[in-house]
Amino acid sequence: MEAIYLLFILVLAILLGFELIRKVPATLHTPLMSGSNAISGITLVGALVSAGSTDSWVTVLLGTLAVAFAAVNVVGGYLVTDRMLGMFKKKKGDK
Amino acid sequence: MNFSLLINASYIVASILFILGLKMLSSPVTARRGNMLSALGMLIAVVVTLLDKNILTYRYIIIGLASGSLIGVAAARLVAMTGMPQMVALFNGFGGIASLLVAWSIFASKGIHSSFTLVTLFLSVMIGGLTFTGSMVAYGKLSGRIPGRPLAFPGQSAFAVMLLAALLASGVFIVIPSMIPVNFSSEHAVVLAVVLTALLGILLVLPIGGADMPVVISLLNSYSGLAACMAGFAVKNNVLIVSGALVGASGIILTNIMCKAMNRSLLNVLFGGFGSTKKGAGSEKSKGGEVNPISAEDAFMILEAARSVVIVPGYGMAVARAQHVVKELADLLEANGTEVSFAIHPVAGRMPGHMNVLLAEAEVPYEQLREMDEINPLMETMDAALVIGANDVVNPAAHEQEGSPIYGMPVINADKARTVFVLKRSMNPGFAGIENPLFYKENTRMLFGDAKESIQTLVGEFREL
Repeated sequence: MEAIYLLFILVLAILLGFELIRKVPATLHTPLMSGSNAISGITLVGALVSAGSTDSWVTVLLGTLAVAFAAVNVVGGYLVTDRMLGMFKKKKGDK
Repeated sequence: MNFSLLINASYIVASILFILGLKMLSSPVTARRGNMLSALGMLIAVVVTLLDKNILTYRYIIIGLASGSLIGVAAARLVAMTGMPQMVALFNGFGGIASLLVAWSIFASKGIHSSFTLVTLFLSVMIGGLTFTGSMVAYGKLSGRIPGRPLAFPGQSAFAVMLLAALLASGVFIVIPSMIPVNFSSEHAVVLAVVLTALLGILLVLPIGGADMPVVISLLNSYSGLAACMAGFAVKNNVLIVSGALVGASGIILTNIMCKAMNRSLLNVLFGGFGSTKKGAGSEKSKGGEVNPISAEDAFMILEAARSVVIVPGYGMAVARAQHVVKELADLLEANGTEVSFAIHPVAGRMPGHMNVLLAEAEVPYEQLREMDEINPLMETMDAALVIGANDVVNPAAHEQEGSPIYGMPVINADKARTVFVLKRSMNPGFAGIENPLFYKENTRMLFGDAKESIQTLVGEFREL
């Protein structure tokens, strides 16, 4: 039953994703990509639990590596997206 | 129990912030705030997870977080805008391997998992691994460390199919432990799966040409989301599922846009090997005819009298680092009373929207950037079109010559403008090696030489006014 419930969430999220992304103009597709990339770093949340466990050393090692990779993804992704979006400017009124 | 409620409630908040963030990306005005909201959502999700009662030690978490964040900050600060595609490829890969590692670490932990969890753990390893090595190859091709041409050896696809079969077999061993042969354990099966999926990722991207990388990184973007999604199923975490699905959907949409803009199906991109196949019969016919060269001084006379000018930039402009001087020319033209717009083809540049970022960096206001479908109906009213470093995306063969390899691809109809200036180093054909009849049209003037120098000459002429 739990599997069905999780799949239900998945399907709704995908449909919502399609609706949202369709409205993103072509001019913002590169920031969309790097920004959504940062969101996919959400795996970090899963990685934290593994890295913080006192299970086998293999679990902790793999979890710590996962935390590091996901952190690069999250921190780098959001920062570089912000840097890019900061460059998109409107026309200046007077020159 | 209370903590678990708090954690789940804040995951809902995080999901809402991600969704709002993506929604605000629908306009350049709100996009930056949207990105910050999304980052805030991530921060909340991470901080609250640290309260989880299953987290018993923080030492390794801190090591991982600190090293990863440092690298992330440095990369985000240092990357040049021309290098953005390879950086996104790299980050996609990191997202993929993080999901793989999470799944692997859960396999390695004690405890008994349901079959459903085992299936999702396996899928997380598989998609995450594919995404990682595939992205590394894409990174290599985009940054020029690996040759951009399609690389393949005889029997490669058969080998890839065998790899996939072996990978799925290892998946069966993982999910149904009773089927594992003697002298082989579930741990072995997991390691085998990791190795096989890594190999498969490399094999899938190597045969794809450099020109098709925009499609590939869009697809890998989608995979990195799906991998996070699968990891979410494995750890039964809704926020992973929701955000993974959002990213997956985003990547699929971008992949679809890129494929349409190149008039090719996804299967054709992944397994076709553009350029390595036969040339269309019609590509020969267009050869011959006269080209009309023009000097920068004469081009200036026409531009000076033009009331509307459309600039069609391609990746060649970025390579020549000409975007800043192009922006200067656009300003001078506007000061001279000319209406200036930029026509952006969806596959101009090396990833979706790349050209827009490069022009934004040169401080071209985004209102001046027009999409192909918006500018094409207006092309006939344009006094002059300035094609800078673009070739295939303005090739009229796409709707004139049925035999041409790019026949049917949507292009910017630069040839419809009253006068077309093509800035080009020589008569060599472009990236895809396809002859371009635009160069031989009556209304086309070829401005040979380095694009940056030619535009600098034009700028100089305008300054003397």
